[in-house]
Amino acid sequence: MWSNVLYIDLDTGEHTIRDRADLFDKYLGGTGVATQLLLEECPVGVDPLSPQAPIIISIGPLTALLPCASKAVSMFKSPLTNELGESHVGGRLAMAMRFAGYDSIVIKGRSDKPSYLSIHDEEVKVKDAASIWDVSSIEVTGQILRNVEPGKGRRSIMRIGEGGVNQVRYANVNVDTYRHFGRLGLGAVFGSKNLKAMVISGTEEIEIPDMSAFKKMYNKLYNSVVDTDVMDKYHDLGTAANINVLNQLKGLPTKNLKQSHFENAESLSGEYFADNLLFRKIACSNCPIGCIHIATLKTQFHKGHEFEFRHISYDYELIYALGTNLGITLAEDVLRLIDRCERYSLDVLSVGGVLAWATEAYERDLINPSDTLGIALRWGDTDKYLKALDQIVKMPNKFYQALAKGTAVAAAEYGGEDYAINLAGVEIAGYHTGPASIIGQIVGVRHSHLDNGGYSIDQKASSQQLTEEKMVDKIIYEDYWRMVNNSLVCCLFARGVYSEQIMIDSLASVGIIKTRDELEALGKEIFLAKYQFKKQEGFDLSRIKVPSRFYETVSQLGKVTPETIDNMLTLYREKTGV
Amino acid sequence: MPSRIKVANPNRCIGCFSCMLACSRTNVNTVSLIDSAIDIRTSGGLESAFVIIVCRACHDPPCARACPTGALTPRDGGGVVFNKDLCDGGKLCAEACLPGAIHFDRSGLPLICTHCGVCSKFCSHDVLELRKVEVL
Repeated sequence: MWSNVLYIDLDTGEHTIRDRADLFDKYLGGTGVATQLLLEECPVGVDPLSPQAPIIISIGPLTALLPCASKAVSMFKSPLTNELGESHVGGRLAMAMRFAGYDSIVIKGRSDKPSYLSIHDEEVKVKDAASIWDVSSIEVTGQILRNVEPGKGRRSIMRIGEGGVNQVRYANVNVDTYRHFGRLGLGAVFGSKNLKAMVISGTEEIEIPDMSAFKKMYNKLYNSVVDTDVMDKYHDLGTAANINVLNQLKGLPTKNLKQSHFENAESLSGEYFADNLLFRKIACSNCPIGCIHIATLKTQFHKGHEFEFRHISYDYELIYALGTNLGITLAEDVLRLIDRCERYSLDVLSVGGVLAWATEAYERDLINPSDTLGIALRWGDTDKYLKALDQIVKMPNKFYQALAKGTAVAAAEYGGEDYAINLAGVEIAGYHTGPASIIGQIVGVRHSHLDNGGYSIDQKASSQQLTEEKMVDKIIYEDYWRMVNNSLVCCLFARGVYSEQIMIDSLASVGIIKTRDELEALGKEIFLAKYQFKKQEGFDLSRIKVPSRFYETVSQLGKVTPETIDNMLTLYREKTGV
Repeated sequence: MPSRIKVANPNRCIGCFSCMLACSRTNVNTVSLIDSAIDIRTSGGLESAFVIIVCRACHDPPCARACPTGALTPRDGGGVVFNKDLCDGGKLCAEACLPGAIHFDRSGLPLICTHCGVCSKFCSHDVLELRKVEVL
């Protein structure tokens, strides 16, 4: 029904549009279609930062139609892990793609000079970005493009900062100032293509086969999102509410996972942020929740009451990564660190992991001031961390070049692998809840806590007896069904609303008839297709090493043992065949 | 008693566009951000406040005065009633409307707010209210 793929070749500046109903009919859209496009377009063993490596962005059959179908999926080969790269974003991108009439965008090649993409309905142009290539601030880049590009008011603007330009392996892509294709280094891929930004807007109208069925479904979903308490936690304190919760449960990674609770957690809590720093909340297009929490940071830069203001979006994961995990005790300092990451367009979770490892390595004299260029890294020392961040982006020496490649690479070069907190080469999300969280991030197709919500399975296991096998079964169920969800593409925060039956009914309301069994089989098929890509790029579950720190630090479910992890991994592989 | 839409709390807007989608879905029977009589936009990206443009329900509507064909006539409770058959698509109404609340659909006809209030029903943050208007 909606199956336009826009292919852009940066080598030539040419583009074509192809109807890929063959893919969309079978794989729906989003992650399902993007996976197939990645398999088609990405040569086996390609250097992820070479012109041949593609960028794929896809939306799904519910995008811009039903509430909370607000996200876009990107796929690429990750320069951080050298295997599957996938990251999702909210903001305005998904809706802008829908109304511009593109269900997927495939970008290949490399511009011979700095460029940006300008896409407005059927007009697609590769434009000169030489004058903004070195603009360091994400906000200023956005301001400049807003003045010269059409689509004012509701367009989406993606851009990279210096981290992406310099190809830090975990550089992100900023989308609409406050959202990101955050993980696995899409920003570096943009940089490698000489692609600074992409602006997209559209004015199309979407035809629905049966408007009355569609309206009925819309109303039902809107009411369950707005009038029930399913989504309250995301709206009120937002994800930051988890700081106090996980701290009490001993599941909050702190100081490079030396601890799973933080004595100063209260001062970084969602409650503190909301009461003292929260400035406003905004929404992604087509989502009535408004979970994007934005804080004001007011800093005095001169006596005489001279202040500067910065507006910074925050979430639980960011407060963990640049707060508890670095031993930072002031919420305002966390905001300063987030702000610097934003300026450079760096993935905050990876930055937090890298800096935490470096701090412990410095503490243990594994690295010394000649490596850090005189920066004495120390828990809680924000100014030092800000300086180190500047160096990671500039990469003046071997040490910072290693840090710019991620925790696993840095530890392989300098040692300290037992406390290099990564799973499958990816710095972890903020959960040390138990074995399901560890397994979930190892086996997850993008090694994200959101692949299968392992942390949430641990939390269930804390109140009801779950065998290791039962936990594995739950992980697999989520692995498959979230493939369906991410093909539609609905926000995972709304997963409590989009149950199996609601997904079936939602698809039917826009004219796509699928049974439960068909969707489940599709979820599994997409999952396996991703593993096909992962394996062809050298990913091997049997070779994953879990740093011993994961076993040493008590989790919400007590200490996790290597035997438990081995057993669960074996069960997982037997049951899924990967 | 007639009603009118009122932008009661503009600073509470989160920019979800649910009101625009509701207007086009209900009044034009489509999914579109263009075919909506209410217009939500940013002016300076998401760093800025949202701009909410909708009919202000004037009692002496300049759009009606500017219309040379009589397609727009004053409505009880404020705003105008649109007679499609009389419209020649001259767009003089839009020029007369200071807030810029008259938008055009794909065929070039104006989308005139009927003050039906469906946008306010899909506003999760009380930005929009449908208010009763005393007619003297």
